[in-house]
Amino acid sequence: MITLLLLIIPLLGSGILLFTKNNSSALPRNIALISSVINLALIIYVGFTYNAQSAAAFDVNYPWISELNINFHLGLDGISLLLLALTGLLVPLIVLSTAKYSYEKANNFYALILLTEAALIGVFLAKDIFLFYFFFEAALVPVYFLAAIWGGKNASKVTFKMFVYTIFGSLFMLVALIYLYMQGQTANIQELTVTAKALSPATQGLLFWGLFVAFAIKMPIFPLHTWQPAAYTESPTTATMLLGGLLSKMGVYGLIRILLPLSPVGVETFALIGIILAIIGLIYGSIIAVQQDNIKRLVAYSSFAHMGLMAAGVLTGSLDGIQGALIQMVAHGINAVGLFFIVKIMYDRTGTRSLSALGGITQKAPALSVYFMIIMLGSVALPLTNGFIGEFLLLKSVYDYNAWLGGIAGLTIILGAVYMLRLMQRSMFGEINETTEKFTDVSGTEVAVLLPISIIVILMGIFPNVFLQLTEPAAQAILEMIK
Amino acid sequence: MSLIALIPLVPLIGFLINGLGFRKIPKNVVSIVGVGASFISFLLVAYTFGYGVGDAAFNSTTFQPITVTLFDWITVGDLNIPFAFQIDQLTIIMLFIITGVGTLIHVYSMGYMSHDEAYGKFFAYLNLFIFFMLLLVMGNNYVVMFIGWEGVGLCSYLLIGFWNKNFDFGNAARKAFIMNRVGDLGFLIGIFLIIQNFGSVVYADVFQQAQSMEVGNGTIVAITAFLFIGAMGKSAQIPLFTWLPDAMAGPTPVSALIHAATMVTSGIYMIVRSNVLYTLAPGTLEFVAWIGVATAVVAATIGMFQNDIKKVLAYSTVSQLGYMFIGLGVMAYTSGFFHVITHAFFKALLFLGAGSVIHAMSDEQDIRKMGGLWGKIKVTAITFLLGTVAISGLPPFAGFFSKDEILAHTFAHNKLMWALALLGSFMTAFYMFRLFFLTFMGNFRGTKEQADHLHESPSSMTMPLIFLAVLSVVGGFIGFPEVMHLPHFLADFLSPLYEGSRAVNPEFGVLHIDHATEWTLMAVSVGVAVGAIILAYSLYGKGKNVPAEDSEITGIQKVIYDKYYIDELYAALFIKPTQALSRVFANVIEPKGIDGAVNGIGSLVNALSGRLRTIQTGGTAAYLFSMCIGIALILIINFGYDFVQITTDFGTNLMNYISTIGSGK
Repeated sequence: MITLLLLIIPLLGSGILLFTKNNSSALPRNIALISSVINLALIIYVGFTYNAQSAAAFDVNYPWISELNINFHLGLDGISLLLLALTGLLVPLIVLSTAKYSYEKANNFYALILLTEAALIGVFLAKDIFLFYFFFEAALVPVYFLAAIWGGKNASKVTFKMFVYTIFGSLFMLVALIYLYMQGQTANIQELTVTAKALSPATQGLLFWGLFVAFAIKMPIFPLHTWQPAAYTESPTTATMLLGGLLSKMGVYGLIRILLPLSPVGVETFALIGIILAIIGLIYGSIIAVQQDNIKRLVAYSSFAHMGLMAAGVLTGSLDGIQGALIQMVAHGINAVGLFFIVKIMYDRTGTRSLSALGGITQKAPALSVYFMIIMLGSVALPLTNGFIGEFLLLKSVYDYNAWLGGIAGLTIILGAVYMLRLMQRSMFGEINETTEKFTDVSGTEVAVLLPISIIVILMGIFPNVFLQLTEPAAQAILEMIK
Repeated sequence: MSLIALIPLVPLIGFLINGLGFRKIPKNVVSIVGVGASFISFLLVAYTFGYGVGDAAFNSTTFQPITVTLFDWITVGDLNIPFAFQIDQLTIIMLFIITGVGTLIHVYSMGYMSHDEAYGKFFAYLNLFIFFMLLLVMGNNYVVMFIGWEGVGLCSYLLIGFWNKNFDFGNAARKAFIMNRVGDLGFLIGIFLIIQNFGSVVYADVFQQAQSMEVGNGTIVAITAFLFIGAMGKSAQIPLFTWLPDAMAGPTPVSALIHAATMVTSGIYMIVRSNVLYTLAPGTLEFVAWIGVATAVVAATIGMFQNDIKKVLAYSTVSQLGYMFIGLGVMAYTSGFFHVITHAFFKALLFLGAGSVIHAMSDEQDIRKMGGLWGKIKVTAITFLLGTVAISGLPPFAGFFSKDEILAHTFAHNKLMWALALLGSFMTAFYMFRLFFLTFMGNFRGTKEQADHLHESPSSMTMPLIFLAVLSVVGGFIGFPEVMHLPHFLADFLSPLYEGSRAVNPEFGVLHIDHATEWTLMAVSVGVAVGAIILAYSLYGKGKNVPAEDSEITGIQKVIYDKYYIDELYAALFIKPTQALSRVFANVIEPKGIDGAVNGIGSLVNALSGRLRTIQTGGTAAYLFSMCIGIALILIINFGYDFVQITTDFGTNLMNYISTIGSGK
């Protein structure tokens, strides 16, 4: 029942919002904030009560389309819980990050954020493939409207492209899922793993591509990524945070939860190609970031690069890879939200996203530069920050899979430092100029977003085992299934 | 036990206090916290050495390394990486250097940085550095070492770019971090290989298992080679050395602490720590030795022509680090490490002395504009001379003992290597005395304002100079050559560390030269140093000769003065191509290639389907359709060879699927 509540609270919040009058942004924002904080509290409560024995108590199973044996089936394991925690944490921070701004039709704006949250929670809880598919698609819709309506002048064009591109990818997944369902006469993911194992290698290969393309577009993975930098750049930052921090994680989650168990032989056969593509994207995205002048686009490419390494790790089908990807999802989600927020702060105060126009901000905003430094260190995977744990395990998994690929993927630690330190230096250091001379330091709600993020960056780097231990049994279970 | 955990924790707390409170905390409190943290750490180290360790004292034969496990840090499957410390003979010496020299440099900074507006930030960073450096040497496994390894890199970056308004300083800082990251990738791969082969990263486990392996084992050669790439970055060896001279952009105490006495010697520490592995890999050792020789000689040649007081010392550091690696490479681990210790004394002294000179000269760093300072800043001048003598290798000063030991072992290993190393030590003595004569002898060549401002530094700065000068004089006595029939305390103390090396190589630690030869070698190296000093004196001693202005330097001298254009070479080989590639990717491949394939095919399909437009209500469907085609095409291009197979299978499956539906199941 409590599981259902996780889904209901954001839905309820958005329902209330749709009926509020939109005279100001404050009331809708507070409703969204309260709703998301309640959900976070609930997720934390679930986190403390959950253990392997109590897992069944969190199962919710209602007939949905009973004639077809399709169920509204929600359930929990360590992996779900980790991503619920990420969602539960980031949504209030994202809401809080909007506190200094007012929006037209603010009630709709915040309702869409909560709808996204609900869909994401659905994705991470679903135990039925069609339910998964439903939430997977549903998550995109509110973000699309957020981006299209509240975005910049090009936003509707690029976000429509994103929308069509990802919906298109999902069609492949739908075909694959229907096929699996027809074979197994069940929509339960757990039961389907048995069905999938019995399929011929060629069929599994086909399933692999159907599922892989859908998730690869969502993450995205090279060369299916071209919607992403444009969409991240043109969307309002709130939508960018949702996309980069959370929606991209659905792709990785799909690889772990759906692709690995439902096409084990397919993964074995085609993983190499997927890994190579992912690593090409990792290096390619990093190299583009090296000379990028638009700071938002720079962070978008860095995000794309990071997603590539997670995909590569998962596709190695090793415990290190899965565990690394899981912890990196959390780390990257948090860091991406932090970085996009800092980009927004810089843009709002200077009116430019051009790196060459900035400089010397640290003299005006020492607090901002400290937060920026900490999150940047997380992003470049300095040990004792959250980014290191994931990157270490992911690179190790790729290295174990193939030493050459591991070495090439390892270039990310150099390139990552190149573009992030350049971003830091050109914006924060150097002399103040006319663009930055009136820069004011962060305060109030801005600190309320950046401070928790900075603290988590460090705490996660020191105590990663809290997260690793949470997900290890579930990750082991998935590996057990595909043996 | 918990006392040991306090050793790194105290500087961390110091960092937090000064870091969070900087701008609010008054300067004298900052000093108390900053210096105090380092000094308390030093006292804890001394206590640990004297009393607080287990059952047996450090020098007893029953001494076992003390392990303190704080918590399990990263656990995945069977791999467990503990956050744990290990204190043994090697670590305790490093701890003394870090906290001892570190405290002196903290004290010095009170004077040197007293006028800086970011005084609190500076002390916060220094404390943070001490914290990471302590982790580096205290970890009981390679990953904790890696925390320190990257952490000191961060602090180095922060402190080189300390005056961050200056764009060039920022570039120097970035260069240091990125070049170190190149090395760190090697280190990381080394760690992956260790995990693959030993299933653990804990030193004790790894070295235990390694002892059952054969000398020359390919895996061990690979592991040691990759770890050494990390050392090349951190310890500024060819080809990853060019960041260190640029790192002189940082405040001078930073140069002394990080870029001379401690951080840059991490690579040597790592190899001594892993001595079993390196003894098993003679191929890697040979490589290490030659890299050391090349670095020692090349850096020394550049040092002879530099005119910036800190740059001379920087190249000298690179060169001296080369000597340490020569020592390690010829399997004389203790000798290499001995040089780490003595070098920490005299090079910290020289840098701090240089800082005192710069302070006196109103921030002038060009030795062509100095001269005649001997009488003006007496304490600085005398201590600087002692440091200069020590590095030049004259007995009985510290540098003589350690360098001579390295040279003796090198002679036994390879005569050519020895000859080159000797050439390097000739150049060392030459450029150091050139520096000394130009700075302190002859007539004053600065401006009148500078002359009026000339003053000896405050006692917070001269006291550390005196301490370090004493250590530079007597520091070598911890290791007398065997031929002198005096004890080698250091070798005896470190001996338990090499049990593994002795087990895998029975020849380990045996020096194959007779006493007569050893005396001769000693005489030769002293003779070479004296010759170099006489040459330097005849050229610069009377203050008549002053190196030419930059514009007048020509020919081969200019090539060396400009550091053999190595930076320009790296720019041409790596930086510019990456930047060009970045622009090509961003401006051509990305929009016109990949996205162009998606969109272009879209418009093509659009055009072709123009006649069908009557059916279609808008662009949406056409767009969707073109996307399908575009993506299918990308898939075909990428997975062409599978595609045939897949489509065939797809046909079969589609038939199966249809028949399933048809049969009504």
